[in-house]
Amino acid sequence: MKLYEYQAKQLFEQYSVPTVESDVVRNPEEAAEVARRIGGRVAVKAQLLVGGRGKAGGIRLVDSPEAAADAARELFSMRIKSTPVKRVLIAKAVDILKEFYMSFTIDRTRKMTVLIISAEGGVDIEELAAHSLEKIQMLEIDPNTGLAEKELEGFLGQVFTEKNRSEQAQDVVSRMYKLFIEKDCSLVEINPFALTSDFTLLALDAKIIIDDNALFRHPEMEAMRNDEEYSADEIEAKQYGLSFVGLEGTIGCIVNGAGLAMATMDLIKLFGGAPANFLDVGGSSSPDKVVHAFDILTRNTKIRAVLINIFGGITRCDDVARGILWAKEKIELRFPLVIRLIGTNEKEGRKMLQEAGIAAHEDLVSAVKEVVKYA
Amino acid sequence: MSILIDGKTRVLVQGITGHDGAFHTASMMEYGTNVVGGVTPGKGGQKLHGLPVFNNVHEAVRDTGANCSVIFVPARFAAGAIQEAADTAIALIVCITEGIPVLEMLQTYHYARERKTVLIGPNCPGVISPGKSKVGIMPGRIHREGEIGVISRSGTLTYEIVYSLTNSGFGQSTCIGIGGDPIIGTGFVELLRMFEKDGQTAGVALIGEIGGEEEERAADYFSKHMTKPVVSFISGRTAPSGKRMGHAGAIISGGKGTAQAKIDAFEKAGIPVASRPDEVPYLLKKRLKKE
Repeated sequence: MKLYEYQAKQLFEQYSVPTVESDVVRNPEEAAEVARRIGGRVAVKAQLLVGGRGKAGGIRLVDSPEAAADAARELFSMRIKSTPVKRVLIAKAVDILKEFYMSFTIDRTRKMTVLIISAEGGVDIEELAAHSLEKIQMLEIDPNTGLAEKELEGFLGQVFTEKNRSEQAQDVVSRMYKLFIEKDCSLVEINPFALTSDFTLLALDAKIIIDDNALFRHPEMEAMRNDEEYSADEIEAKQYGLSFVGLEGTIGCIVNGAGLAMATMDLIKLFGGAPANFLDVGGSSSPDKVVHAFDILTRNTKIRAVLINIFGGITRCDDVARGILWAKEKIELRFPLVIRLIGTNEKEGRKMLQEAGIAAHEDLVSAVKEVVKYA
Repeated sequence: MSILIDGKTRVLVQGITGHDGAFHTASMMEYGTNVVGGVTPGKGGQKLHGLPVFNNVHEAVRDTGANCSVIFVPARFAAGAIQEAADTAIALIVCITEGIPVLEMLQTYHYARERKTVLIGPNCPGVISPGKSKVGIMPGRIHREGEIGVISRSGTLTYEIVYSLTNSGFGQSTCIGIGGDPIIGTGFVELLRMFEKDGQTAGVALIGEIGGEEEERAADYFSKHMTKPVVSFISGRTAPSGKRMGHAGAIISGGKGTAQAKIDAFEKAGIPVASRPDEVPYLLKKRLKKE
């Protein structure tokens, strides 16, 4: 789960990671009010989960509450990367001497938590990594022992060359790490991490991603849920234990297993069709899940045909067949259905479908070829 | 031969009395796997499918001599279950469970390594050495004993490819689903190394997907260290960037982990990439003829 900047800053405040005074607003009047309260120059920042908002004109610097209201009004009327701006953050503007980059994340290959810092903050870190890897420093952190103070001191010294600055940075890093671990984050990023003209280090931006698999132990995060990261269909799918990603094509897919679901989409494309979605009904799928999957697909008016591709393992073909029969009873399906059913309990599943007069393929490619004909 | 498991493997099932645990224990036994017992805390002393159920892994290993454990425990307890099994220094742990928090898995990965236990998964279909032993949830009947090693990040897509291998006359030495999570116990490179040494294995089918760099590392290892042919299939050519495609680890982020990058890495290393699952046996046939 991605957090908005203002939500991430709320967590920063909770963990005493230093940041500038700011508040989130939902209309221009509130923007003026908050700007007045903060006083002086403020940054008016569109709150979005997509990156690159600065380049898209989503950040304005203004000198008065009136100008803050005007800037906010403009942002609220904007769509940035096709996402409407619903919230704006008003943050105190500071004089910046230098910008750094700092983040904690998980390195899949090293199997370590890593602390990444750079003396070149404020830029796209992925771009920096691609072109000037030498400007990025990385420290591996053993997940079983945590941050080692001595090691950290030496590491930060590479970028924060003055001693008191390095001590300040170390303090911030320790708090960030605590937040990273306690809230089950997969990313905590400060970019830019700024040195201001009064020689303090402040988080001017904040990016946090929480591990979806760990949300069960963070009921407090419920309140931070957003409606931007996932579409309504994707959220509904998740509630039913399905993973769903909407796409642009005309062939709906219901598949068990993520790899097979992707391969099915790829095959549809290979044979000249276009997938309307990724949908994995998951393991040990109950008939209900199949019905819910149909529910979601029937809402997509672009769909001209649906391919069900099941290779049973932990999923039992008879459960899926039962789900297909239930769905046919409950929902009026306005598109042709092509079914491919094989694996665990396939005999039982096929028999159920046959008795209802429904044919099922055993071969995937022939099923894909058939469904592409209908679309 | 075969790798990781064979007819002598003595299998323990953690979470044996659960819905999936019980079902797949029966299916493993039916396949001929030597399942010797199970663990469910609080249900010690009971029997299931004629097998003894224990309260903990320590007692189970002590009384049954199990050397492999397969885990069907729910996600919030699964990392603990892996660590409990690793504490007994059991040789192999296969974790089927999906949805383990990644920070827990990170700790557990190192925990298992330090105890010299081989961990497969989590979020995987398991391991099968056809004709010998099945430790997992794959449908046994699609496999046939033979000389192709299969490694994959996916479950059902592996079945798809195994099915087409079997139909084309290629049996398998061992098939391993390494798991769809960002942090997994054993990667492609370590398994390629085992297959290279395995007498039964003549060639390997590697099934990758978007996200991470397991495939790129495998390509690098292949070009430096392998003599046996490897062919591949990559899923996710049509996957959009920035979206998690079902598997926690299947995501293109910051332009990295695309199907195309993996296909390029394989082709550069001399590993042919199939454009559809049923092309894998055809590519293998071509490569094995050259040998």
